[in-house]
Parts: sequence; C-alpha cells; structure tokens
Amino acid sequence: MALIEMKNVKKQYASGDDVVEALRGVEISIEAGEFITIMGQSGSGKSTLLSVLGGMNHPTSGEVEMAGVPLYQLPGEKLADFRAQNLGFVFQSFHLISYLTAIENVMLPLAIVKMSTAAKKGAARSALERVGLGGKLDRLPNQLSGGEQERVAIARAIVNNPHILLADEPTGNLDSKTSEEVMALFRELNDAGQTVVMVTHNPDNGRYSDRTITLKDGTVT
Amino acid sequence: MRLHSISINNLKRRKAKMAFLTIGLMVGIATIVTLVTLTRSMSSDIERKMDEFGANILVTPRSNGLSMNYGGISLGGVTFDQREIREEDLAKIKTITNHKNISAIAPKVLGGVRIGEHDVLLVGVNFDSELKMKQWWQIFGETPKGDQEVLLGSDASKVLNVSPGDSIKIKGEQFKVAGVLDQTGSQDDALVFASLPKAQKLLGKEGRITLAEVAALCSGCPIGDMVTQIAEKIPDAKVSAIQQVVEGRLKALDQFKRFSYAMASVVVFIGSLIVFVTMMGSVNERTVEIGVFRAIGFRKSHIMRIILLEAAIVSLLAGFLGYAVGMGGAKLALPFMAESRNAHLIWDSAIAFGSVGLALTLGLLASLYPALHASKMDPTEALRAL
Repeated sequence: MALIEMKNVKKQYASGDDVVEALRGVEISIEAGEFITIMGQSGSGKSTLLSVLGGMNHPTSGEVEMAGVPLYQLPGEKLADFRAQNLGFVFQSFHLISYLTAIENVMLPLAIVKMSTAAKKGAARSALERVGLGGKLDRLPNQLSGGEQERVAIARAIVNNPHILLADEPTGNLDSKTSEEVMALFRELNDAGQTVVMVTHNPDNGRYSDRTITLKDGTVT
Repeated sequence: MRLHSISINNLKRRKAKMAFLTIGLMVGIATIVTLVTLTRSMSSDIERKMDEFGANILVTPRSNGLSMNYGGISLGGVTFDQREIREEDLAKIKTITNHKNISAIAPKVLGGVRIGEHDVLLVGVNFDSELKMKQWWQIFGETPKGDQEVLLGSDASKVLNVSPGDSIKIKGEQFKVAGVLDQTGSQDDALVFASLPKAQKLLGKEGRITLAEVAALCSGCPIGDMVTQIAEKIPDAKVSAIQQVVEGRLKALDQFKRFSYAMASVVVFIGSLIVFVTMMGSVNERTVEIGVFRAIGFRKSHIMRIILLEAAIVSLLAGFLGYAVGMGGAKLALPFMAESRNAHLIWDSAIAFGSVGLALTLGLLASLYPALHASKMDPTEALRAL
C-alpha cells in the first residue's frame, strides 16, 4: 500500500470575482522511501499541491490519504497532531525563528512533545550533527549563512523522525554550490530511508530524486 | 524546550521589541496612575484647605437672652455673663471621638468698650487659631504679638482714625495698633481684636468665653456626628453646624471629584487604547512565525499559550514599572499643581494593585483577539504573508 495517495484532488481559490483552479483532479501515489521532485512552471500548482499533501490546505474536493489515514477527515486539532507526528517541513525562506538559537529552532517541534529536556536536546544535537552543523548549536539564525540556515531548517524538519519530509523550493534562495550540497543532503537522508517530497523549479535537482512529477496548469502531465 | 521557553526566549532575545512593548504599556499605566493619584491628592488637598477655611461648627452658650448677630449667625446674648462658656470647657472638645478631625478651635470673648468718642465691639481672640481659620484676612501692618497690641477692622480704623503703629486707649490702658484688616465685607470690619486673655481682663470675663468657632475636617467624618459629640462633652453649650458652609463644601468637593473621575475615565480609556493598539501590532507582525508553529503541528491552544504568556509577562512588568513611574511623576508634579506646598501624595495600595491588574487585563485582552485570530489562521496563508 502506498504511503501517500491523492485521489482526484481539486483546489479552487476565489480571486475577486474569478475562481482560480490551482489543482484540477490530481492523482498521485507515493511509496514509502521514495524521493519525489515535483516540478512545473510558476503558477502550475506545485506549492498548492505540497501544502495539500502537508495537511495545511484543505482541498476543495478529492481525498488525501497518508499511511491509510484520510487526512482531511481528521477531527478538530487532530490534523495538527498528525502534522507534528508524521510530517517534516522545509520552507523556501527557511522560516527559522529569529530569536531562537540553532538548537532551539531544531527543538521547536519537540516543544509540544512529552520528553525530558535532555532527550530533546540530544535529539536536536543529533539532527544538527546529521546536517553537519554540530559545531554551531548556539548560533542565532542571523549568525548563520544561507546554506547553514537551510541545514538548520532541514534538521528541524527531521528531528521528530517524520514519515515524510516535505520541502518547498529548498534551494530557491541558495547559490549553486550550496544548492548542490543541500540536495546531496536530501539524497543522503533518502538513502537512510527518509521519504522526501520536494517542490522545485530547478531541473538540475531532479537528478537527485527517484521520480519527478510534473505539473502543468494544476494537472499531472 | 517547552512552550514557555519560546515566550521567554522571545522576550529575552528581542529586547528592543520587548522594551518598546513594555514602554508602550507602561506609559499608558503610568499616565493613569499619575493622573488618578494627582487628582486624588489634589482633591484631598483642596478638601483639607476647605476644611481649614472658616468654621463649620459653632459653640455658643445655651441662652434665651438677647440675640446678637455675628457673621450672619444668631448668637446667644452677650450681655448675660452667667451664660458664657468656661474656657476650660473648650479643652473637652479635643477629647471627642473624632478629635483628629478638628483642625482649629477659635474661642472668642465679646464685649462693648468705649474708645475715644466711639462705642465699639471688642473681640478677644487667640490670634494663631483665628488666622488659621480666616485665611482670607489681609492685614496691613503686622499681626498682634503681645497683650498690648490690637488688630482693627477696616471700618473701625477709619472711624477711630488710626493706622498701624498708632496707639489707642481702652479702659485707660494704652494699646498699639499692630495692624488693620483689609475690607472683608463682614462684621469683622467694625471690630477691634485683642488677645483673648487681655480682652477677658478688660471686659471682666476672666476664664470665660462668649463663643467658640470650630473648624472640622469633613473627610471621613459627618459633621453631624461631631456636633453631637461636642454637645455631649459641653452640656451647657449650644453646638450647631453651620449647614450653609458644610453643604457648600460638600457640593464643591462633589463637583471636583466628579470632574476628577471623568478625567480619570478618559485617561484610562486612552491608555487602554494605546495598549490595545501596541499589543495588536506586536502579535500581527508575528504572523509568519505563527504560521511556522502551526505548520509543524502546534495546536491553536499552543499558539494562544505562547502569546498570552508573553503578554502576561510584559503586562506585569509594565504594570509594576508603570505604577512606580506614575507615582514618581505624581510626586514631582504635585507641588506645582496643588494649592498648598505641603500637599500630601496619597499612596494607595488599591492604585498599586489596580494598576498591575489593569495592565495585566489590558495586555491579555489586547492580545486575546489577535492571538485568537492568528491561531485560526491557515498556516499556508500565514506563511504566504511574508
């Protein structure tokens, strides 16, 4: 059974008097351990697809199942709990919390988990070591380079051992050398068994993934 | 890392923002504290001054004799010496339950004397208490200092044709005119004032007085109660409240207090508005951060806890600082604003607790709406807001 199943997912937005169809009946199936890149031109619906996959954006119609759980049928705050336990996010602009150090940013998803502070620190340190930032635990985001901030964002996304790692244009704000390092890191994580779904507009990134899904005008081509 | 660590770290590491927020709230609270304290202190000062300003209780002999008018008040007959009050009875006034409310007791002995060609009313007074009670008196010359000095009303000085520094003879004794009163428009203009012991001697009324005026502080004590207490202590005297004075003061004070409360209400409203806008702005600029929290699985209640804990810490700090700064401001401003130089600042624990409570309530209320709004925000929308 696939880890992620999207069945006839549609998403419409109201834009003034018009209705914009961001997703038009998307059908996707992703197996556990896969590294998927979602590509497409600007406005093709890539980011919308990722946010729907991440349980952050209710589709207008259709079904999204993750490990057999119908995501958008979860009651109340259960969807937030599901995100906390099963998903890791890497945002395009990193979105690190400016007043928290690298290790505190990584510990953020664990703030709502019942664990001892020592265990949380251990998990965060280990995640930062995995992304090569073991020596910069106490730096604030503004004391880190763009590539280092991206690595902290990745460490934050994997600290709770999520089933799926979702990344939205993770190399969008990085130079080509740093982009390659970051992509290599994603590959490394995937090689260790982490399922990765990444939105990117950079065709070069596709070579790191197992499979590429291309979107055009809200449909899979 | 727990939820409260996020709040505390935010406040600790974004000191400028925290200071701005705290100062915004503190200024509102300090303004409220300063104005409320100033208003109350000035109200108390005015109340005290009004209480000291003239008598509001009159102690006269119980008499059915001839009436004599003094200051518009009908007094007991002064021609019947047996009706006069003994001087030592006055000491009993200071033993009443509300003796602390007595500001001044001004005993008087009255009697007619002949000075030159004219009959005048000689009034024996204790100049210290008399001057304290009649602060509107303007004296040309000096206040009489010894038994051989007198003070003349303006009409009396004209009729007797004497000025400060001149001398007059009363019953064969020489007296220096120390001062002359400016026109008061009252019966004082026609009187000759001498020291009480001298006047008693001249009039042959040693140890006795004709009447006593009492200035009582109205605050916290109904004048009616004091009248009853004095009457119980001196059964032979007729004790009455000068209702016109008492009612007038209460009405004036009531008007001032109402004005003060209206002022304080406006200040509280404006202060609250400042706090509300500041807190709203502070939460609204954290939209993206809240979007990240939601995306990584924080519940709405988690977001609320983070924001409200921050608001509570800032509000408490602003409340304490606002009270301290507000009281400091009131202390500095009071000497310039109060009627008297020695006006007392009122330190009221209710204002201390009230200001901290108000800061906390305003801070939490002002944060509640934006926190609720932020927690309900779609994480995708919140992240797009960048």
